[in-house]
Amino acid sequence: MIRLDKVCRSFMVGDQRVSALSDIDLHIAAGDYVSIMGPSGSGKSTLLNLLGLLDRPSSGVYKLDGIDVTSLDDVQQAKVRSEKIGFVFQSFHLVPRLSAAMNIELPLILAGMPPAERKQRVTQLLEDYSLTDRADPRPDQLSGGQRQRVAIARATSMNPAVLLADEPTGNLDQTTGKEVIHLLESLVERKVTLIMVTHDPDIGVRAHTQLHMVDGRLSDEGH
Amino acid sequence: MKAIDVLYFASGSLRGSRSRTLLMILAMSIGVAAVVVLTGLGEGARRYVINQFSSLGTNLVIVFPGRTETAGVGPGMLLGQIPRELSLDDAQALLRSPAVSRFAPLAIGSSQVSQGALNREVMVLGSTSELLSIRHMSMAQGQFLPSGDIHDSVSVCVLGSKIQHELFGNNNPIGAWVRLGDRRFRVTGVMSSQGESMGFNTDEIVIVPIASAHMLFNTTGVYRILVEAKNRSTILAAKRDVEDIIVKRHKGERDVTVITQDAVLATFDRILSALTMAVGGIAAISLSVAGVLIMNVMLIAVSQRVKEIGLLKALGAPPKQVRNLFFAEAALLSAIGCVVGLLLGEAGVLVIAKLYPSLPVGAPWWAVLAAIVTSLGTGILFSVWPARRASQLDPVTALAGR
Ligand SMILES: Nc1ncnc2c1ncn2[C@@H]1O[C@H](COP(=O)(O)OP(=O)(O)OP(=O)(O)O)[C@@H](O)[C@H]1O
Ligand SMILES: [Mg+2]
Repeated sequence: MIRLDKVCRSFMVGDQRVSALSDIDLHIAAGDYVSIMGPSGSGKSTLLNLLGLLDRPSSGVYKLDGIDVTSLDDVQQAKVRSEKIGFVFQSFHLVPRLSAAMNIELPLILAGMPPAERKQRVTQLLEDYSLTDRADPRPDQLSGGQRQRVAIARATSMNPAVLLADEPTGNLDQTTGKEVIHLLESLVERKVTLIMVTHDPDIGVRAHTQLHMVDGRLSDEGH
Repeated sequence: MKAIDVLYFASGSLRGSRSRTLLMILAMSIGVAAVVVLTGLGEGARRYVINQFSSLGTNLVIVFPGRTETAGVGPGMLLGQIPRELSLDDAQALLRSPAVSRFAPLAIGSSQVSQGALNREVMVLGSTSELLSIRHMSMAQGQFLPSGDIHDSVSVCVLGSKIQHELFGNNNPIGAWVRLGDRRFRVTGVMSSQGESMGFNTDEIVIVPIASAHMLFNTTGVYRILVEAKNRSTILAAKRDVEDIIVKRHKGERDVTVITQDAVLATFDRILSALTMAVGGIAAISLSVAGVLIMNVMLIAVSQRVKEIGLLKALGAPPKQVRNLFFAEAALLSAIGCVVGLLLGEAGVLVIAKLYPSLPVGAPWWAVLAAIVTSLGTGILFSVWPARRASQLDPVTALAGR
């Protein structure tokens, strides 16, 4: 499903070229559950952004479902993001002025889905994530766990094939963090490909595929 | 994304920052209202002057004694050089022109009018029976001056409505006698109330045959001759003929001034239209200042909402959609400002109309249109840059809030 071939990503800092990812070769099968671990600054977020088409590699090829997505233009990439990829962020990234339900609805609105269908799907998502009675409050009126549940509901609202989570429990306490992980894992059972960056080894080891990054390189430790 | 959703989302962001939105709408609406009110006033002044002129009559050519260097209202006329008088025979000679349909000579003076114990000072206008229809006046009661020989000093008079009321109250004045100076005149009619026109209140005058006025004031001069051309297309011919006839009668001396009502009207029309445009233009500049304000505020909004923009992109919004969202926001802002401004402006015009009922204020359609176009135009034009900037943000940096 996901195939990276000699992918490099470097940034220009001043007139210095800093390499964040070098020669990444990676294959992730559909429905896999992948954790990415490694020290700070090793390039985990950079890799996730590349996988999510938020960023482009400096060199190398990225194939998603057999399509070379690096050759797509911005509009086509946005379409791929909308249809195939969901993001869950450490800091939730909810729109503060919108209600929980509206935040969940946002990807559907952007995709131009008719209102009736949207409403139906949001109701279902609220139910799935036990948020039915928290549909109206705005994000600042929700607890951290509830916020992340809203964010996950939003990320899955378009039924993406790939869910990318960058330290989804980073801002949560132990118990709520666990709940969120269980929630994400339940998605894997529903055939979603989950790729999660985490600093917590206890969480990392639960994944079927565990990737370790050091200095922008992968050291694959298998299952 | 559906257009209605774009608008809904944009209105959501406007509601999200209420005071910013209200201030922007205020700035925009003041600009629009200024255009409406100022051009409304200018247009009001223009209509006022034109109404005043039109109430004088139609297709008029006006003859003054004396020569002014420029056509129209010149300084010589105002300084009152003493020229050769116009006579009744001069006036009558004008009918020789085929372009002239009729005329009314005017003589003017003031006198004491009395009836029984009541008396007051009045303006006395000497003229002929033609004056009624040339000046578009109408009678409330009785008859206007009799037609007949212009040199006959018949002792009849017609009263302005206010004079009638003051001298007779509710009694019927027709057939009664009043005294003007040392002569007695029989009242044959009363003018209907018309109010002021060109600084001349027809409600407070007494009209007598011109020959009687000459005897009353012991003169022979004619103050003005109102000449009516046969139709609109013969006005210029009438003007030329009138000049030629009088110059010939005055032994080749060009000592009269002839103006056409049309020319005077056109001059005033031009001046006042230009004035209206000028104030409208100044107000429109304040409108574009509002546009710059919108740009500024939208730029701030973009930098305040980078994370949101990054998120929209992560959720699959293509650059164009992000641009449209910000565009819609600015357009909505200026549209609301525009509508509020139009309402404010119309309200202002109504208030002015209430305060000055004689001024027919009302913004001309082109000014309203210009206000709408300028406000929407500047609002949208000045949001192009912020919207572009938002759409070009790099999603990763935007999400990081950098
Ligand atoms: N926009 C950028 N400009 C310059 N350098 C960058 C940029 N983004 C990332 N880097 C660099 O690339 C390297 C990898 O960064 P990245 O954010 O991927 O690390 P990370 O593994 O996610 O770290 P953390 O665990 O702290 O989140 C770092 O050295 C970072 O300084
Ligand atoms: Mg990171």
